[in-house]
Amino acid sequence: MRKTGEKERNRRRETLVTTALLVFFLVLITVLGVYWKEDALLTDFSRKNLPPSLRYPFGTDFMGRDMFKRTLTGLSMSIRLGVVTAAASALLAGAAAVLAVNTNRAVDTLFQGCVDVVMGIPHMLLLILISFACGKGFFGIVMGITLTHWPSLARVLRAEALSLKAKPYMRLAGKLGVTKWALIKKHYIPHLLPQFFTGLFLLFPQAVLHEAGMTFLGFGLSPEEPAIGIILSESMKYLVMGQWWLAVFPGAALAATVLMFFGLGQKICLLIDPASVQE
Amino acid sequence: MGKKTAFRLGRQLLRAVVILLLVCFVSFSLTVISPIDPLQTNIGQAALGSMSPEQIEKLEQYWGMNTPAPERFLEWLKGIVKGDLGVSLAYRQPVTDVIFEKLSNSFLLLVFSWLISAAAGVLLGMIAGAYRRRLPDKIIKTGCMVLSSTPSFWVALVILLVFSVWLKWFPIGFSIPIGVIAEDVRMAERIQHAVLPAAALSLTGVASITMHTREKMIEVMNSDYILYARAKGMGMGKILFSHGLRNVLLPAVTLQFASVSELIGGSVLVEQVFSYPGLGKAAVDAGIGGDVPLLLGITLLTSVFVIGGNLAAEILYGLIDPRLRKKEEVSKT
Repeated sequence: MRKTGEKERNRRRETLVTTALLVFFLVLITVLGVYWKEDALLTDFSRKNLPPSLRYPFGTDFMGRDMFKRTLTGLSMSIRLGVVTAAASALLAGAAAVLAVNTNRAVDTLFQGCVDVVMGIPHMLLLILISFACGKGFFGIVMGITLTHWPSLARVLRAEALSLKAKPYMRLAGKLGVTKWALIKKHYIPHLLPQFFTGLFLLFPQAVLHEAGMTFLGFGLSPEEPAIGIILSESMKYLVMGQWWLAVFPGAALAATVLMFFGLGQKICLLIDPASVQE
Repeated sequence: MGKKTAFRLGRQLLRAVVILLLVCFVSFSLTVISPIDPLQTNIGQAALGSMSPEQIEKLEQYWGMNTPAPERFLEWLKGIVKGDLGVSLAYRQPVTDVIFEKLSNSFLLLVFSWLISAAAGVLLGMIAGAYRRRLPDKIIKTGCMVLSSTPSFWVALVILLVFSVWLKWFPIGFSIPIGVIAEDVRMAERIQHAVLPAAALSLTGVASITMHTREKMIEVMNSDYILYARAKGMGMGKILFSHGLRNVLLPAVTLQFASVSELIGGSVLVEQVFSYPGLGKAAVDAGIGGDVPLLLGITLLTSVFVIGGNLAAEILYGLIDPRLRKKEEVSKT
């Protein structure tokens, strides 16, 4: 990572600046969304069904709610939820992978079985089932997204951990009587960390998109709550009446947010993966 | 086919069956631990309050609330073997009938989107890979990035908005015109109603396969045989089709088989947007309405698709890459 040379350093600085900008925007959206939470719920029938204007960039809906603030509040929730669920899911993946490699065969088989089952049920249906099992609501969505996103990352991490386990110095350490815990702490975790973070950042967009999908389908949050999915499912009723802004802007804003997460993930990959620094 | 290959196929098949059994168990358990009371969601607190205890008990019997869960699970499994998935609580019809009807609506949609996204993805991926870092590649790459960041249901919404509401080229929703008896509907009308959902669904699936094919195509283009073909003076079109396509096709097909899960997930959302009465919409309604037998039935069927797709992908992987077989044997020891 600490390669010198004019060109590479420039590239690295560029990447760092972009990363900082992306983080800034995402934090800005999150903070503004929280700040405008009250405004987003405010109804004012004197300004209902307004098309987009300078004052209301995303227009207003049938109850005179400011769609720009509503969208930001929804996005803010999506981001916070996405961060929490992606982190939980990635931790789950990491723990499962390390455990599967370092215990006996039965645990490993159990791990494989779990991966196969989660990957065997269509993702959306599994989300519906878990949400149903949790009695729907906010908690159901959090559990659903956390419990369904870990397998792909866990597989990668397991393969990585297996190849580490086969390394001579690891076998030697084991023979010298280094305990399993010490091995995990000193070798497995540092070794798996780059992969872990890459996987984590790839999980964010998926988590956010699935959260939007689930709220769109009507699982989870109550209808007046400004979640992006709910805003969009509400907008469907008004499409035919020509109120296109209710659907177009919030959705585009969501896509832009997810795109920022994608970009952030790629930049972070570039920054932590030693092999790609030169490119 | 050697004995070894047959053995491997048998083992993979067995594994798929075991996974399917586990899927049955897990999905059933999930519905069992649900705190949702089917009586309250479907009948309502008020109506329930005005009923006599005998009536309530009868209803509880109907919804199977008094039998212990393991017993119900075994009953359900026995039923599956016989091809009986129970009775849908909301439709009051056998689950198999409901699923068959919904599937006949969804099937064309799924198959067409699956094929279209594969064909378009391979074509776009090949073009992007062949013109790496040039304009076509940049356009295709950016498009894929944007597409994979866009929720599928929003793509569907925008398509609906543009083609149905503004241009009025296509009907707004449902699989058949409103107010017409299902038997009277002409095939043309059915297709007309399925075009937009199929388009939305194909669009959401196209990004991953394009990017995957692009990677493969770059590999191919960097190979010696392409260099030789070029040195011979072979045209770009010929290179793409006689060398590119052959090398790219099998991995693409494999990936497409492995992504059945995303296809079905997408169809759940897209059908919701278009009010298309297919399997995905039925699953959502069953989930919201607490129609457990139907939800389980749909989960089971779609899981069969997914696991079957994964199995096909695995077998194809084995065909492409003989190393994988060896690796498997090594990792076992």
